[in-house]
Amino acid sequence: MAFDEYQKRDFKQVGTRVRRPDGVDKVTGRAMYGADATAPGMLVGRILRSPHAHARIKSIDTSAAEALKGVKAVLTGADLPVQDEDFIRDVQDNCMARNKALYDGHAVAAVAAVDAATARAALKLIKVDYEVLPHVTDVDVAIKPGAAVVQDGRTLENVPAGMSENLTSHCEFGHGDPEAGFARADKIIARSFRTAATHQGYIEPHAALANVTSDGKAELWCCTQGQFYVRTLCAAIMGMEASQLRVTASEIGGGFGGKTTVFIEPVALALSRKAGRPVKIVMTRDEVFRATGPTVHTSMDIRIGMTKDGKITAAEAHLRYSGGAFPCGTVDMGAQAAFAAYDLEHVRTYGWNVLTNRPKEAAYRAPGAPQAIYAVESVVDELCQHFGLDPIEVRLKNAAKKGTKSSYGPTFPDIGLVAILEAAKAHPHYSAPLAPGQGRGISCGFWFNFGGNSCVSMNINTDGTVGVTEGNPDIGGSRASISLMAAEELGIDYDRVRTIVADTSSLGYNDVTDGSRVTFAVGLATIKAARDAIRVMRGRAAKIWGIEEEAVDWKDGAAIPAGPNAGKFPPMTLAEIAAVSFETGGPIAGHHEVNVDGAGVSFGVHIVDVEVDKETGATKVLRYTVFQDAGKAVHPSYVEGQMQGGAVQGIGWALNEEYIYGADGRLQNPGFLDYRVPVASDLPMIDTVILEIPNPGHPYGVRGVGETGIVPPLAAISNAVSRSAGIRLSELPMSPPRVLRALGG
Amino acid sequence: MKSIPVSTTINGDPYEFLCAPDETLLDVLRNRLNLTGAKEGCGTGDCGACSVTLNGRLVCSCLVLGAEAEGAEIATIEGMADGDELHPLQRQFIDHAALQCGVCTPGILVAAKSLLERNPDPTDEEVRYWLAGNLCRCTGYDKIIRAVQAAAAEMRGA
Amino acid sequence: MVKVRLWGSLRQAADGLTDVEVEARTFKELLDRLGESYPGLKPQIARGVSLSLDGVIYREAWFTEIGPESEVVLMPYMTGG
Repeated sequence: MAFDEYQKRDFKQVGTRVRRPDGVDKVTGRAMYGADATAPGMLVGRILRSPHAHARIKSIDTSAAEALKGVKAVLTGADLPVQDEDFIRDVQDNCMARNKALYDGHAVAAVAAVDAATARAALKLIKVDYEVLPHVTDVDVAIKPGAAVVQDGRTLENVPAGMSENLTSHCEFGHGDPEAGFARADKIIARSFRTAATHQGYIEPHAALANVTSDGKAELWCCTQGQFYVRTLCAAIMGMEASQLRVTASEIGGGFGGKTTVFIEPVALALSRKAGRPVKIVMTRDEVFRATGPTVHTSMDIRIGMTKDGKITAAEAHLRYSGGAFPCGTVDMGAQAAFAAYDLEHVRTYGWNVLTNRPKEAAYRAPGAPQAIYAVESVVDELCQHFGLDPIEVRLKNAAKKGTKSSYGPTFPDIGLVAILEAAKAHPHYSAPLAPGQGRGISCGFWFNFGGNSCVSMNINTDGTVGVTEGNPDIGGSRASISLMAAEELGIDYDRVRTIVADTSSLGYNDVTDGSRVTFAVGLATIKAARDAIRVMRGRAAKIWGIEEEAVDWKDGAAIPAGPNAGKFPPMTLAEIAAVSFETGGPIAGHHEVNVDGAGVSFGVHIVDVEVDKETGATKVLRYTVFQDAGKAVHPSYVEGQMQGGAVQGIGWALNEEYIYGADGRLQNPGFLDYRVPVASDLPMIDTVILEIPNPGHPYGVRGVGETGIVPPLAAISNAVSRSAGIRLSELPMSPPRVLRALGG
Repeated sequence: MKSIPVSTTINGDPYEFLCAPDETLLDVLRNRLNLTGAKEGCGTGDCGACSVTLNGRLVCSCLVLGAEAEGAEIATIEGMADGDELHPLQRQFIDHAALQCGVCTPGILVAAKSLLERNPDPTDEEVRYWLAGNLCRCTGYDKIIRAVQAAAAEMRGA
Repeated sequence: MVKVRLWGSLRQAADGLTDVEVEARTFKELLDRLGESYPGLKPQIARGVSLSLDGVIYREAWFTEIGPESEVVLMPYMTGG
């Protein structure tokens, strides 16, 4: 069992703002990202994509493309194996359509050629005979009986009979008797909401370089959040053994959940196998938008009852999420997270997943939570407005705390929500005066956080330095955080530790960099690996001193006699023990492999001030403060960075970002000009307040911090807009046209 | 299409290359000259990850043709440090944790250097508007603005 | 006996019950007994479930020990971003 009790300690290294080990490479342009690698004899791979939202592929004629000089391989879905298992078949079919194109941008064929111009010319020579089918891109349309069916036969046993075939799964959570609770309310507000699909918007497009050789071995270099999972998926699709496929994660140019699966990697491998040469595929931005995972788009009904003194008596949510053309479980997490911040006697959430002709959803920072919590926090705020109550006071009055039976079932252990709300209430931002026309909004946020499979090897070098090998792509400074924890536990300087991210042949399986897990779970494995190395070093010191291993302690980076009875020996430092390691039994290493649990849930509260321009409908964010519990901030700057980055992604979601589909089912804004993510001039500074309420499940008290920050901005800004402009919007994003319509009506 | 011979100067060094008439400067830098510090985030001039200067002017190299480099002076991220000595912007970006994934960082550094050459003492708002063409999805820009201002102060000797 | 709380949509597969009791000392035994006693739960167990034990969520750990007084809540298997 991995659950490891937190023990209070005075930190020497953890909590300092050290320089990251990849810093110099990244500021000098030397860091190697997905598209930066080359291989001898490398071909360029390109993918042909469906222009139709929904079409049967009657035939594909690749003969002209194959005949073009310089073309070395052409691939279609028919070249890939038939998969029995639903999950892997969906992943494969999303990478390369088999019988039907399910969305605008769905891959239908691929080529590998000597250069990009030849590859592009070859794509134009591929003739796909489509039978265009009726399509549906909106969740509320797709859910109606009689809607165009995206895929049939995908409905789980938990969906009642007689509903649209696009409904693939249903879930229900909660306890108590909501109707009894509503009967006790002084006011019940019921509202319906919609949120647009948004894209993770990482700046680095997907890139993969594959080299399959005729002896059945393969190398794959790609930008991913999880090289081991890429190996699992690609090995299944390629029919390869895991040991023969080595996947190396490049430096990753952002992921946010969107690089937790595969899109082009199996295609590059299959092309390479067919061509007998290395193949590199780099997506264009258009491809990233049209064919990689955005988040779900949603339609939601929320009903909350409250007494006039601010006590919530009952709450209910109906969530309809669509993760595109394939079944998707994100609504389960939304339904569990919706009311997590509240201590409720009567609560019920219902979730439905709906198929639409849109790209397959990929995880995006706290997947499923921002949408549901946006809707809930909007209604709570409207109730506060109705009764003239302070929104933080109302949340404090109803806040989940230790011993609360959560809306998704478990009774909460120690959680930090009340402390966070108190910190927000006491912060100068909350009491700062507002000018006329400005409005202030707040919202709570929540995410579960995960642990997961983690392997760490730690080598004590003979010169007294330490190499840490771990298996999770570093997406926001985790190598620095892991080095800090290694240094802390070993009792040596941070500068003497170097952490690297290993390929799949160098370490056991590591789960993807997701679920805010790395600093928590890989950190835990690192601390355990350090303890393992310390055990070896204590043994070596014991041998040198001629005493029992149990008579040796470890303190401040050195072996010491455990007590006066152990003998009188001066401390022997890590470097001194390492220097004689060849003579005392051989190289010294520690390692730890574990599936970590006990991540500890994460809460946050955001305060935002906005001003709505009633002429243009544009909302200006004036001031922003994020409050979040980090358990223990290992590297405070990178914790702040997660809080700030998550907040700004949420601001984009609230105000600008959306997937816009035309009546033809095509994505109308597949570029950064029209899918507008926040730019520097849109924003104020994002102030941060880190709370440290130790997570009992980690030796240093660490909690994951990566995801919660994207959750509160959606409602916080909507609530602020309501108080600035007197309009309560119920659809995201609150783009200027939508705000103008609301002002006009 | 016949290739075009081009003579140019990059980071003070002479370079000669052949490129196709429709080949972008970014592709030339990355694919022909192995200067992969400039990144392609969009290929349409919207993200700024490919920022370089061309005769002192800040440009998106994805919107410049390789052939336009003839006789020009180009500066890329690879030329920003003086040997082992990082430029103050580079150092302050590391010290202020102004990068997470780092893929936008080369473009932002090139753009910020170009700003400070024109305006050594910008306001936060001037920094924000100058960098509005450089997308960063990780940081929320807060630490980038602080790092640029710290570098500006250092370069002014403040 | 261990009392296991199911989430709402599993009730139909468990004779309409929200709380079911099975004889189990570990997570693995619990999943096996649940599947035997309520075959309707098998598809969901095969798709993946998490287990909350006294408020701490476990995703896979078969040998996690469950005491008779433990609060046990079944949850869908979850993934993050």
